[in-house]
Amino acid sequence: MANIAPSLTPLDITRAPEGGEVGPVQSGLRLALREFAQNKLAVIGIGILLFYVLFCFVGPLVYHGNTSNSDLLHTNLPPQAGYPLGTTDQGFDELGLLMKGGQAALQVGFAAAFIGIFIGMLWGAIAGLAGGIVDSAMMRVVDVFLSVPFLFIVLIVAVRYGASVLGLSLIIGAFTWLVPARLVRGEVLTLRTRDFVAAARTAGSGRSRLIGRHLIPNAFGVIIVNVTFNVADAILAVAALGFLGFGLHYPTQDWGDMLSNGVQVMSNGYWWLVYPVGASIVLVVMACNLIGDALRDSLDVRLRRR
Amino acid sequence: MGREKGRSVSAYLIRRILTSLIVVLGVSIFVFLLLHLIYPSPAQDILGPKATQAAVNSWNKQHGYDRPWLLQYLSYMNRLIHGDLGYSYKANQSVVALFQERVARSAYLSGISLVLAVLIAIPLGIYQAVKRNSIGDNVVTSFAFITYAMPVFFLALILIQVFALSFPIFSFEASQSLSIWHVMTDWHSMTLPIATLTLISVAGFSRYMRSTSIDTLAQDYIKAARAKGLPERLVLTRHLLRNACLPMVTLIGLSIPFLLSGNLITESVFNYPGLGLLFLQSLNNVDYNALLAYTLAGAILTVTGNFVADIALTVADPRIRLA
Repeated sequence: MANIAPSLTPLDITRAPEGGEVGPVQSGLRLALREFAQNKLAVIGIGILLFYVLFCFVGPLVYHGNTSNSDLLHTNLPPQAGYPLGTTDQGFDELGLLMKGGQAALQVGFAAAFIGIFIGMLWGAIAGLAGGIVDSAMMRVVDVFLSVPFLFIVLIVAVRYGASVLGLSLIIGAFTWLVPARLVRGEVLTLRTRDFVAAARTAGSGRSRLIGRHLIPNAFGVIIVNVTFNVADAILAVAALGFLGFGLHYPTQDWGDMLSNGVQVMSNGYWWLVYPVGASIVLVVMACNLIGDALRDSLDVRLRRR
Repeated sequence: MGREKGRSVSAYLIRRILTSLIVVLGVSIFVFLLLHLIYPSPAQDILGPKATQAAVNSWNKQHGYDRPWLLQYLSYMNRLIHGDLGYSYKANQSVVALFQERVARSAYLSGISLVLAVLIAIPLGIYQAVKRNSIGDNVVTSFAFITYAMPVFFLALILIQVFALSFPIFSFEASQSLSIWHVMTDWHSMTLPIATLTLISVAGFSRYMRSTSIDTLAQDYIKAARAKGLPERLVLTRHLLRNACLPMVTLIGLSIPFLLSGNLITESVFNYPGLGLLFLQSLNNVDYNALLAYTLAGAILTVTGNFVADIALTVADPRIRLA
């Protein structure tokens, strides 16, 4: 218990770290990890996510489905030997497409989440540290961005620039940094009055060093929790864009694309073209939410037990 | 004391109105600038791909698209204040007329879904809080968790499969009637879109309601009410319900952007000719003025929603009135 978890306001001020540098997180992190591992739902979440990462990125190396050449002799086949998940109206192999689509969804999901968190982290830390009129101006900008319905603005930009994985990640990331920015700012507001920040200042740290070395590492708990929720949101956003027909362009596909003529496909009774894809989206998003909830709980526990 | 309180409430109101106006102004600049950067001028789309550069230039000059963006923004805002949202070159009518045809349909779909979601989520959350960790609670929690992770369109597809294809009770297409009265009475075709949007909102609302109810149940006034022998039914309706609903007011205010996004996707799946479908068609047609107007309308609705929620909360809860 010698080390106090740095990312949270200490309940017991007298035992707060007073040095300029904060030592590596030890007992706090271990405590949080143990708590996290005890959470069965979180372990299930990690398992699901790992399964899908392996399925989408290692799967295509093992399983070679036809996903690029139209095969009009084998269209809309139900699952059978040779086609474990059936085929599409183009004769593509649905299992192969599911892997390819998952790659795009996961790539965009993680990339967008990290871009969003990165911007939000810097924005929030700078606003919180600066305070005063700079802070309120920066936070009004956040208010403005938050007031524009996310899907509308992403759709508008994606029509012109959303054809690639990188483009989509940038667009979604550029409009999901707002909540992290608010949370990080809140953390920084409490952190900046703490002694170790004053000590670092006295020792001559500039603003960028304060932010990079002291404030952001100490706000990391909030940031990590948010990454997982942002991944979930980004995957849902990509799926929505793909479903509406404004996502990745052929031949890159994502799970949303694959469902885009779902109503028609369903009235024909081609259930294998809908449920595996839909269930994959739900499972991955749910896994991210489960991990995020568990991380948040375990960080809370760290606070409570101390 | 009373007058002082009144004064500080009105000071709060004025401050809140001012910040909302600033945000609305910021939103209008942001949306206008963004659209301007992406689609500098609709000339090429209107005149066709074969139009010469000279023709495009003269069209731009004629319609004011050659001016600096700030001037264009100011003249757009000027027209906006006078109720002119510009002209939709694709639909060949004014954007205002285009919206008037459709706004009632979208408002009906979103409005009734929001009301239903709140009416379902509040008792559900209270039930879960009271019967915490029971089988019923766990079933509802799992259900809410899955729905929460579900894309709107996938939920819609499942509902269509079950209630329109496997058991053909409802229609898989929303009402196409031009009369809002027909739409409102057409349960056969409106149940599934409404159910989709309602269920998606219930998932988030009930989770939140459950946790605020659990917090409220731990308060001393609940213990006091129980200790003085108040029947449990009255404890729940008089003390728990009122207090646990307060944070819901904020949540509902904040949920407007999600509702609008959900509305967009639901209208697309069920082919319901409202504003969401218009937005998607405008995206395909690069119908600049319609996109701008609907995005602005969505943003203003969001700001208004937050504002109304804040004010409602201030009126309902004296404890936070002066915070």
